[in-house]
Amino acid sequence: MTTSIVCLIERLKMKIAIASGKGGTGKTTVATNLAKYLSENRKVVLVDLDVEEPNSGLFLNGSLMNQKEMFKKIPNWESENCTLCGKCQSVCNFNAIMKLGENIMVFPELCHSCYACSELCPTQSLPMIPMKMGMLTEYKVEQLGFVGSKLDIGQEQAVPLIAQTLDYVDEMYSDDYLKLYDAPPGTSCPVIEATKDADFIFLVTEPTPFGLHDMKLAVETMRELKKPMAVIINRYGIGDAEVEAYCKVEGIDIIANFPNQRYIAELYSQGKLIYPHVPEFKAELLKAADYCKHLVKEN
Amino acid sequence: MKEIVIISGKGGTGKTSLTASFAMLAGQTAVIADCDVDAADMHLLLKPERIFEEDFYSGVAAVIDQDKCIQCGKCQEICRFNAIDNSTGQYLVSNLNCEGCGYCGHVCPVGAIEMIEQNVGKCYISKTKADNKMVHAGLKIGADNSGKLVAKVKHEAKASAEKDGKEYIIVDGSPGIGCPVVSSLSGADFVVFVTEPTVSGIHDLERVYQLVKKFQIPSGCIINKADLNEKVSKDIEKFLADNEIIHLTNLPYDESFTTAMTKGQTIVEDKTSPITASIEQCWQDLKIILEK
Repeated sequence: MTTSIVCLIERLKMKIAIASGKGGTGKTTVATNLAKYLSENRKVVLVDLDVEEPNSGLFLNGSLMNQKEMFKKIPNWESENCTLCGKCQSVCNFNAIMKLGENIMVFPELCHSCYACSELCPTQSLPMIPMKMGMLTEYKVEQLGFVGSKLDIGQEQAVPLIAQTLDYVDEMYSDDYLKLYDAPPGTSCPVIEATKDADFIFLVTEPTPFGLHDMKLAVETMRELKKPMAVIINRYGIGDAEVEAYCKVEGIDIIANFPNQRYIAELYSQGKLIYPHVPEFKAELLKAADYCKHLVKEN
Repeated sequence: MKEIVIISGKGGTGKTSLTASFAMLAGQTAVIADCDVDAADMHLLLKPERIFEEDFYSGVAAVIDQDKCIQCGKCQEICRFNAIDNSTGQYLVSNLNCEGCGYCGHVCPVGAIEMIEQNVGKCYISKTKADNKMVHAGLKIGADNSGKLVAKVKHEAKASAEKDGKEYIIVDGSPGIGCPVVSSLSGADFVVFVTEPTVSGIHDLERVYQLVKKFQIPSGCIINKADLNEKVSKDIEKFLADNEIIHLTNLPYDESFTTAMTKGQTIVEDKTSPITASIEQCWQDLKIILEK
């Protein structure tokens, strides 16, 4: 392949989200190892969007590039011109603002930042002000870019932080970066937010009844979002062959089978990347990496 | 009646396998609630037979009446969630993006926008193979409000336990630290953390503990796969001691959890496994702690 074609390929944008229905299947292991490996030869940024319990950063030792407090907007009552008409309370669908006697009370943790109360207030007595919801950190790990956000304890909504983290990445990293997202587990709003912008989904599962059950939910979710996807099996060799049978029937590619080994679990427990130490793991990682390259080419 | 909530912060630590084991050991004395509604797996081990089911409605989403719409675009202008799209020539709401705030309905000059209640899933009451009742749920794909469905499951479990005079409610909690887990924790008498000695296990335990502390709920901890990393195991034990979290037990790294799961069984159904004895002891200890 000539250099010019390589350059062309590298300029094609691609966002891959690494997701799973069930927690603890190895999403972070796949994301960190794949991102680090791919970054040896091309521009890659890994984004940890599991903002409730972010773990990717524990496996990557880099130098801190940026640290930024993240805010959501909430209404702040200014009593001076307020006529206590109660419009704010009546338009809020989340019970986040209430008229109590001569006061207007705001419950920030319930606020979805829709601006309705603020902009519909006849006396402009509810300007929106920033409230801290978490922290974004950005690292450089040799060639790899890494951005991750952490939700403050007591904040209940992950979605706004996920959305703002993605905005930050889009602003800071040009389209010639391959963007890998470490998505939160489950199938509800945080996962939707973390995957709806992705071009392709890798679903990480384990070959067990729990793994299969939750992977089916994840497959349905991604079909709802009309996302193309492929499956990566972690802890391959444990459990049964039902995940493979399901993928075959559904026509979903299985792109790598990471082996089940106690040594891998031990390396993980120490916060180490796996592929520099386990050749069988690296062989499977190469398959996943090739699949990424093939996706970028197709795109 | 005592409510025990089992949580882990991090996924894959063995939370559901242990909750299902406690459900087996508690038998008729308990009602079981699966509050991990995003990825509810406990039914795979407890084989519940449904005795009751009902649709669950929560939250609203905007719908635009195309006959009334005058294409002014005000709704799209004020929507902070990019939920209104007009690329097809019509103003249409994306259900996946709509937050249900209703702001658009307030600004529409012709009253073309209606907020429709959303069917977000189903709530079930079942009888398990352990001869106890189990309340569980299925969240619709991509549905919002899993926190409210969690609250519903807990409410039904409590009602059932009160009605039948049960001693315990055993709750499989949600992962993370967001709204579903906050709903799982409300009203709990005791929290059991299930963790593992990995850098992410201890990190997530510390975060979810901060949340439990805010609720001032007493707690205990099971360190699963304890022999995987002795150093981190010791770090966890120190963390437990420093924060007055009862160290309930250590369980070894053992693939028999997975073997049992593959057979659709809880680990405690294997009477020959040494782990069974440890979990039985842990359940006895928990009962004594709850008496206090």
